[in-house]
Amino acid sequence: MTNAPTDTVASPLVPRKGFSRMADPVFAALTGAAGILVLIILGYMVVVTTLTAWPAMQSQGWSFIFSTTWDPSRGQYGILAFVYGTVLTSLIALVIAVPFSLGIALFLTEIAPGWIRGPVAYMVDLLAAVPSVVYGLWGVFVLLPGLLQPLAVWLSRTLGWIPIFAGPGSGLSFFGAGVVLAIMIIPIISSLSREVLRAVPSDEKNAAFALGATRWEMITGAVLPRAKAGIIGAVMLGLGRALGETIAVALLVGSREQITASILKPGYTMASIIANQFTEATGDHIRALVGVGVVLFIITIVVNVAARALVWRMVEA
Amino acid sequence: MSEEPAFRVRDLAVSYGSQVALKDVTLDIEPRKIIAIIGPSGCGKSTLIRCFNRMNDLIPGTRVQGQVLYHGQDIYANDVDPVTVRRNVGMVFQRPNPFPKSIKENVAYGARINGYKGNIDELVERSLRGAALWDEVKDNLNRSALALSGGQQQRLCIARAIAVQPDTILMDEPASALDPVATSKIEDLMQELKERYTIIIVTHNMQQAARVSDKAAFLYTEVNEAGTARWGVLVEYDDTSRIFTNPRDKRTDDYISGRFG
Repeated sequence: MTNAPTDTVASPLVPRKGFSRMADPVFAALTGAAGILVLIILGYMVVVTTLTAWPAMQSQGWSFIFSTTWDPSRGQYGILAFVYGTVLTSLIALVIAVPFSLGIALFLTEIAPGWIRGPVAYMVDLLAAVPSVVYGLWGVFVLLPGLLQPLAVWLSRTLGWIPIFAGPGSGLSFFGAGVVLAIMIIPIISSLSREVLRAVPSDEKNAAFALGATRWEMITGAVLPRAKAGIIGAVMLGLGRALGETIAVALLVGSREQITASILKPGYTMASIIANQFTEATGDHIRALVGVGVVLFIITIVVNVAARALVWRMVEA
Repeated sequence: MSEEPAFRVRDLAVSYGSQVALKDVTLDIEPRKIIAIIGPSGCGKSTLIRCFNRMNDLIPGTRVQGQVLYHGQDIYANDVDPVTVRRNVGMVFQRPNPFPKSIKENVAYGARINGYKGNIDELVERSLRGAALWDEVKDNLNRSALALSGGQQQRLCIARAIAVQPDTILMDEPASALDPVATSKIEDLMQELKERYTIIIVTHNMQQAARVSDKAAFLYTEVNEAGTARWGVLVEYDDTSRIFTNPRDKRTDDYISGRFG
């Protein structure tokens, strides 16, 4: 009690004055407004697009969703073929991208020597920044003649007896679009997975090693179980991008509204029909295209909610 | 001293990149004894203990020179797989590190990857009893290991280590993250374990070393003349009673009696 500054401060509880006291409430208000604005924009978007599309959806009835006939000249708007194309190309992309992405992420976190990790990780991240139209053009001018077309022909000739590879095979197809989508989402999935894998405590890895685990046993026994939920989250983000991807897919999917079991046939997707026809559409046609957008939005939300529920269940367990 | 040593260490030196971390270590470790490695921070205690199961190999750039003979065989010989070494020499770490799995799966993990063919339930019970944890967890074997207290988790890690049926257990400051009650349980457990296992323990706690160990190795840090590099050396290795009552080296005496460190 000897050095209490009793002569300079009358009471120790005098509040501070001026801006420093105001900073907290102001900051709270600003960030709160930003958060609320997101909700407002989202709600506004849902309402306006649904209202715009409603007349077209109503006049088509259930055939808007369950018909595959899309014929603006006769006023028939059935979007099932586009939904099918969007889901199929995205699934193809996931089947190809997930193993590659996990391989890259595991290599960069567990296998690669230190001096390789940084540069390779950086290059993978750079791939995520390439605009999708560049991927699309590269797909059309390089990948299509060099890889997709020959591969599609080869697949249909050798595995054509399996319905999903039935010929005649074409590179401009669900398959071609799926491959380019896969290349586009590999950087996203692998760099998010890499962060998740890096967060696995080294204590647990050491525990596995000390019990006589090989590197493979350490990864499957200690790293992957711990990272499972995060990896699923990464895959779902990649799926979200694949579902909504427009230009690259429009260039490669073949633009034919049909539902075929064979992934080597041309198809169409929801995002690419909007991109291809929006500028020339009028009246009901444009309303129907907005309706395609509404359904795509709903699918994306359902996928995200499902993913979140899955991740939650895993974290609980 | 009639029995063949579990480990013979000859002129061991460890460096990380160009930095020497430890050198001039020569000692024999008798089986079914508790050997304490003591010394000030940064003297290479953890580096030394990690030489016995080749955990240092996991740090890129590590170089180990000299010999570590395990029952007469050099574990750093070219034809020796570190995985095999670690299946015979278990390890318990400073912080309890159970996997985010059930108690049972934690104990069974090592046995499973080692291709254990026997009855897993029996092995789990035997290992948990061996680690003095069975009575506390026998009704909750499927509960997450992360729900246990720190002391229980550390005993679970000991159970997990002995389930692989090693003959040596390394303990790198196994009680430094635990409260006194949990610490004394670990210490009691070590006395039971040494009937079957050779135990090497790193500890910062002088009383603990004096209480539990049969022999003690005192490491100390040496500095080069320019003061730019420091490394650990083995100063003295002897019966614990002698180290703590009548050490040969002045540095040991100073450290034991608390004059520095």
